[in-house]
Amino acid sequence: MTLELLGISVLWLFLFGYIIVASIDFGAGFFSAYSDMAKKKHVIHKIIQRYLSPVWEVTNVFLVFFFVGIVGFFPKTAYYYGYTLLVPVSISIILLAIRGSYYAFSTYGLKDHKLYMFLYGITGLFIPASLSIVLVISEGGFVDLSQHHPTLLYKDLFISPFTWSIVLLSIVSVLYISANFLTYYAHEAGDFKARDLLRRYTVIWSGPTILSALLIIYQLKYHNPEHFVRLMDVSWMLIGSFLLFIFSLYLIVKRGYFGWSFILLVLQYGLAFYAYGISHYPYLLYPYLTIYDGFTNETMAVSLVIAFIAGLFLLIPSLYLLLKLFLFNKNYVKGQL
Amino acid sequence: MWNGDPVFYSRLLTELTLSFHIIYATLGVGVPLMIAIAQWVGIRKNDMHYILLARRWTRGFVITVAVGVVTGTAIGLQLSLLWPKFMEVAGQVIGLPLFMETFAFFFEAIFLGIYLYTWDRFKDQKKHFFLLIPVAIGSSASAFFITVVNAFMNTPQGYTMENGVITNIDPIMAMFNPAMPTKVGHVLTTAYMTSSLVLAAIAAFHLLRGNKHVYHKKALHLTMKAAFIFSIANVLVGDLSGKFLAEYQPEKLAAAEWHFETESHAPLILFGTLNEEMEVKGAIEIPYALSILAHNIPNSEVIGLNEFPEEERPPLYIHYLFDLMVVIGIFLTIISGLYWVLVQKGWKMVDKKWMLNAIIISGPLAMVAIEIGWFFAEIGRQPWILRGFLKTSEAATNSTQVEVLVVIFSVLYVLLAVVSVVVLIKMFKRNPVEQELTDRSVEKKVIYS
Repeated sequence: MTLELLGISVLWLFLFGYIIVASIDFGAGFFSAYSDMAKKKHVIHKIIQRYLSPVWEVTNVFLVFFFVGIVGFFPKTAYYYGYTLLVPVSISIILLAIRGSYYAFSTYGLKDHKLYMFLYGITGLFIPASLSIVLVISEGGFVDLSQHHPTLLYKDLFISPFTWSIVLLSIVSVLYISANFLTYYAHEAGDFKARDLLRRYTVIWSGPTILSALLIIYQLKYHNPEHFVRLMDVSWMLIGSFLLFIFSLYLIVKRGYFGWSFILLVLQYGLAFYAYGISHYPYLLYPYLTIYDGFTNETMAVSLVIAFIAGLFLLIPSLYLLLKLFLFNKNYVKGQL
Repeated sequence: MWNGDPVFYSRLLTELTLSFHIIYATLGVGVPLMIAIAQWVGIRKNDMHYILLARRWTRGFVITVAVGVVTGTAIGLQLSLLWPKFMEVAGQVIGLPLFMETFAFFFEAIFLGIYLYTWDRFKDQKKHFFLLIPVAIGSSASAFFITVVNAFMNTPQGYTMENGVITNIDPIMAMFNPAMPTKVGHVLTTAYMTSSLVLAAIAAFHLLRGNKHVYHKKALHLTMKAAFIFSIANVLVGDLSGKFLAEYQPEKLAAAEWHFETESHAPLILFGTLNEEMEVKGAIEIPYALSILAHNIPNSEVIGLNEFPEEERPPLYIHYLFDLMVVIGIFLTIISGLYWVLVQKGWKMVDKKWMLNAIIISGPLAMVAIEIGWFFAEIGRQPWILRGFLKTSEAATNSTQVEVLVVIFSVLYVLLAVVSVVVLIKMFKRNPVEQELTDRSVEKKVIYS
């Protein structure tokens, strides 16, 4: 495996990690706000607070890790994406700032403030939407290099149906992943009222999720035919992902094995995400930048990899401790600690 | 002001984000250490007051850390968004500490989450205390790695540049550049000092308002002691920073001191003004002091600003920034030293209003000094973003949308500042110390003085 490939694989893994943990977080925020407005707050609010409180900061670090890592391994991305993403990513920053700080404010300081609750819920949908724009841009067709520096073609981006189907998928995925996980969490906590409500949300959002995913594949054929062909080369992964989706949903519908349902869902997303990533290879920004010409020098790459491995020795036991004390601690989950 | 120049607005937005972030970042680095000290003292002395101190500081810390995290994420992304050329070049050489910083941050975030929600989980308080150690290490390590990057911008090394192509990269040498030791030392000691002073100011505020509870006295005593130690350390590091500048970045020291001609027996100039002929008027002059600051020897030679081409000189107003920073630093050392002496002698003067007032203004003043110090450090490096290699004007984005972002981000930061302060005040007012002590039924041990 070349260093380039190793670098992008590690980053892709962390991005996937972020997508899962952040989806749970974002969706939880939305459900929390929604239930507040629909006067169902007492049902699921506690469960969500219990899960989110110790982990919200960790979620954010996954994102930081990804963007610092990608500039570290592929410094040219700073040049190409730095110029083009100024506005979209600034919007994400602002939403993330509002969400992150207001979560802390409302949890520790301003209890039950309606406006914050609303902001917290709505940013949970806007952040994934704004971040997913980066993936849209990476597909090519929205960056103009004829100027002195790369510039983003806002109008093309805005009117492209491809853009909107990616945005759609990111939003419905957030709701689907989150509802599925929280169903399991509520089940573990023994809060069956909350579980049943969240289970219903899971079923509701399963259809839109799979439909929007199919829509993207269909549109990719027209937007970036080369990528589409490569995606079809790994169609077995997509089929596998679809089967996992069916199994996962089946377990939810049958009201059993909620934990397994979530594991299958993670695998389902994992397969699809990697199918997408593998077929995107070798481009970081189609067709201008590949992982090979955007790569840092070898010395730096080796030291980054060493730092990464050393870092994992620190992170994995710490993450394990965090999960052990909160997520997998029956007494904590049930609210007895 | 509205001249549509992307370089100008990129600098403005970066200044805005950093000067806002640094307030929360400084507390984020210093406060965990203070919490750790308080909790440790509490465990050792079996004194619930110190434990409660640690508890209450932690609660406040969560709010500041949240703002620190989100503004830190903002600046992390803005580095690439506003300075794409810089990140492309520098990333190849100095990407390692940036990457390691995320690990330190990760480590800190995980243990902070654990620490916050396990106050009453362990029978043995020490176990809970040990969970705080990674938080304190993680936050100081974050500061270390980021400061390494900033040091690299001042004295880049560990690579060679030929026709715009970077070769012979040595990431370790880039990290351990000449500016690194003094910069890291300065950032850490000032963060610890400022955090202790901010916490001391809060205690002093309660005492001044007539609350004679021994809890506040213990808090003041602990924080002022720490502040004194760190301010002494800071004076030492400050002196070494002067020597570093004289050796490796003489133009910054020369501009800070309005020292134009290279000469020996150089005096230190405090404040004053420059006239048309570039002569210093109305300044306080301390003979030989600049030579001593630069080389420890009164007759040593200090390089003057005239040795540098005009377009490579930093703006001369940094003189005032430098002086203000130094004056505040000395004032803080004197106040914390005085407090310490008075306590040692057992003099009642410690409780006098003027002393408490002096401590109350020390907290915000220390934060002002941090801000001024960073402005001095950054403006003093101009026109370079990467000294000797890349100019700030060449590194910025060309987007004209930055000016709109400046406005939007200003609104965001004002909002975050106001709400975070309101939340903090509300949080502590709703649950005053006395109330919490009663609730935790330790009041019987308390002696009112």
